[in-house]
Amino acid sequence: MLAGKEGPAVQKAMEIVTALGKIYGAADLAPVESVQVAGVSYKNLGEAGLLFLQEWAREGARVRVPTMLNPAGVDLEQWQALGLPEEFARQQMAVLDAYAQMGIEMTCTCTPYLIGKVPGLGSHLAWSESSAVAFANSVLGARTNREGGPSALAAAICGRTARYGLHLTENRRATHIVRVNCPVRTEVDFGVLGYEVGRRVGKGIPYFVADNALWSAEGISAALHLRALAAAMAAGGAVALFHVQGMTPESELDEIVRPDAQEVVIPSLDEGYARLSSPLKSIDFVSIGCPHASLEELRDAARFLAGRRVRSLLWITTARETRRRAEAAGWVQTIEHAGGHVVSDTCLVVAPVEALGVKTMATNSAKAAFYAPSHSGLQVRLGTLGECLDAAVRGYWAPRRR
Amino acid sequence: MLKLRGRVIKAGTAHGEALVSPEPIGFLGGVDPDTGVVVEAGHPLRGQSVAGKILVFPTGKGSTVGSYVLYRLAYKGLAPAGIINASSEAIVAVGAIIANIPMVDEIDITQIRTGDEVAIEGGWVTVRRVARADKDSGAG
Repeated sequence: MLAGKEGPAVQKAMEIVTALGKIYGAADLAPVESVQVAGVSYKNLGEAGLLFLQEWAREGARVRVPTMLNPAGVDLEQWQALGLPEEFARQQMAVLDAYAQMGIEMTCTCTPYLIGKVPGLGSHLAWSESSAVAFANSVLGARTNREGGPSALAAAICGRTARYGLHLTENRRATHIVRVNCPVRTEVDFGVLGYEVGRRVGKGIPYFVADNALWSAEGISAALHLRALAAAMAAGGAVALFHVQGMTPESELDEIVRPDAQEVVIPSLDEGYARLSSPLKSIDFVSIGCPHASLEELRDAARFLAGRRVRSLLWITTARETRRRAEAAGWVQTIEHAGGHVVSDTCLVVAPVEALGVKTMATNSAKAAFYAPSHSGLQVRLGTLGECLDAAVRGYWAPRRR
Repeated sequence: MLKLRGRVIKAGTAHGEALVSPEPIGFLGGVDPDTGVVVEAGHPLRGQSVAGKILVFPTGKGSTVGSYVLYRLAYKGLAPAGIINASSEAIVAVGAIIANIPMVDEIDITQIRTGDEVAIEGGWVTVRRVARADKDSGAG
């Protein structure tokens, strides 16, 4: 591959993988089970990224392992109905064509693990979406560094990645012990907690002490909470792995906490809420599904909205496959009947939301609240799924909490 | 003339005038992809073009999309001729590879000054100080 027998793009991909191995001191390369490529939205890639992808596709670059895409900038089927700009959509389609030519699945989601792409315990991956990286490492026990878009693509083309960082057991030990001394009840609370911990630990590996009722939720709500926590820690800091005592697969291993781990205490979520949420009254836009909504969230939204009508613009973003399942259950129809949109292939963070003409947003995602002001110029109010949907129906914020 | 030995990140040969930044460079948002001019507020190279220069800086920073900015600069003929880092990281390394910009790291960059004539040949960096009135009268 490095000698260029398989074409210049494959040669460059191998150059990237070996250069990263050199820079980060990898002893060898690890075969990867799957790859997840970020750098899909034309909003982030721009003309340069598109040109690059087209060049590699033309030069014969093809993926060797199952490879998935992060969300794109538009819903591929209903971008016109959603009011997304045509020129942007055209460039976005060109990006996706180049990826498709390389053999990549058009999953366009940040939650591949919700649509059956669940990596095995201990498997090596090259994933790049920060929330998916944190979830795969921490909750699923797979091993991946936070890849950039081009480095993930290079790993897909080579079928291998440099074995350094989180691929190695000794680098997966906790650098911080986190004690949470305040109530954390909802998905929003977990997101704000994640943001606060991310800000404090940066690239570190937090170990959450679970000696109280905080972590008692089970099943679906536990998964929802861990997703919110992972996404917000990866956004507020650069956390790619965390452990929760007795809950995540590596938390019980011997010496999982480094002897020099620092202690972090979270006495309250008030500061985090104050940083991420403004006391807005009027709400133009309600955004649910960052990370992409699960089937259960779509079910809960449909139950809330049955027989009601929204006044604000409502987007629930989800994987196309999850949307299909929710449609089979009738939930998409209920949400649409209420005037809401179930949007696939894209999300709030990567769509050209500034083109929608909205100024104020309610969301249950701390990650979305972190990015929306800088990426889309929106003011944000945080609340639970129920509170946000209530605001969508009223067109203004009524609940008393926070 | 000074010869420094570094580590090859992207193989190749390049020569040109050095443009040295004591601060890291983030290409996404930090360098205008249409002009090659550094635009980051408060950056020591702000207002200067990286085009055709041997760009010398400690390390990269910022978004991974920065790799594509280097590619775009190369596409427009505005890329640096070569890159020298003290310690490289993934964003600039990947950008140099996809944009075909010769790059070395593990170089003591304090040995190089803006305006020096620099050549990169594999892992070797040759530095020639050019005597110029404005340089000689500056802080020595």
